[in-house]
Amino acid sequence: MARLIPTLLRTAILAMMLASLPGHATTQPASETELEEHVTYISERLRCLVCQNQSIAESQAELANDLRRQVREMLVAGKSDKEVLAYMVERYGDFVLYDPPFQTTTLLLWGGPAALMLIALGGFAWTVRTRRKQLQPAVLTEEERARARNLLDRADNTSTDSRA
Amino acid sequence: MKAKALIPLALFLVLVGFFGVSLWRAQTHDIREIPSPLIDKPAPAFTLTQLHAPEKTLSLADMKGKVWLLNVWASWCVACREEHPVLVDFAARKVVPLIGLNYKDKRDDGLAWLAAGGDPYTMSIVDADGRVGIDYGVYGVPETFLIDGNGRIRYKHIGPITPEALEKTLLPKIRELQRG
Repeated sequence: MARLIPTLLRTAILAMMLASLPGHATTQPASETELEEHVTYISERLRCLVCQNQSIAESQAELANDLRRQVREMLVAGKSDKEVLAYMVERYGDFVLYDPPFQTTTLLLWGGPAALMLIALGGFAWTVRTRRKQLQPAVLTEEERARARNLLDRADNTSTDSRA
Repeated sequence: MKAKALIPLALFLVLVGFFGVSLWRAQTHDIREIPSPLIDKPAPAFTLTQLHAPEKTLSLADMKGKVWLLNVWASWCVACREEHPVLVDFAARKVVPLIGLNYKDKRDDGLAWLAAGGDPYTMSIVDADGRVGIDYGVYGVPETFLIDGNGRIRYKHIGPITPEALEKTLLPKIRELQRG
């Protein structure tokens, strides 16, 4: 009896796995969802020029609908992701891309954070070095040592005086 | 030591500078305007049916040798109402052919709109599904393209043409192209 449950469970899992295997009849809808996912993937990389703060995947603007249609048609025609993006840049400029390309006009944009990081690290290293120098135990000359001893002795004397 | 204390203030002033420039730009420029990559490039080819004569077409090639304006308009476009009288005045001066691209509009609506407000266009052509619009990088209506005799886009005006923009920018550019 105790062994019956695992057997049932195993059968159930096997049945579920078999059911989830795509049959030939379901291939067509599967590739259609794949196409939709692909359209969405590319659309998320394209800025809606009407709303400007949304991708054309999110936007319901008329132009976004048209551009999604264009993306879908180009993918169906067998164009690569790169070709679709290039097509959009040709017409709408780099602004249409959410990831601006690396070029001379975007050098500051891409290199800026790294440059700031380097400056910050340099400043940090410099501060650490100067602090470390300050923290080194001060080495006194013989003369300074004598003066210090003198001062300490005098302090001792005054304290005994006040007590007296 | 004194100079070091001034560093935060200097950094702050640099930041204020950045913000100031951005604010100034927002005041004087339309920050929603996106420069077209098509400037000085060959105008995308098209063959579209005419608004008033659906059995006839107009192609880009038909305009070869002329300096002309392509004005994107639609009956549903609110800003076009503002622009329309400027275009009617401009058309009366017969400076250049003005071709209207009736963008994503219904033919009847477009015809009715021109009948009501006056028709400034040498000819209007129909881009019902907006495909030619995409080729021209149109992202709003109205937009106006200045195209030279070699079929190159030389200038793009985004938004309604104001009398000021017409006199100060568009007309000088047209005259320069007509001379050249």
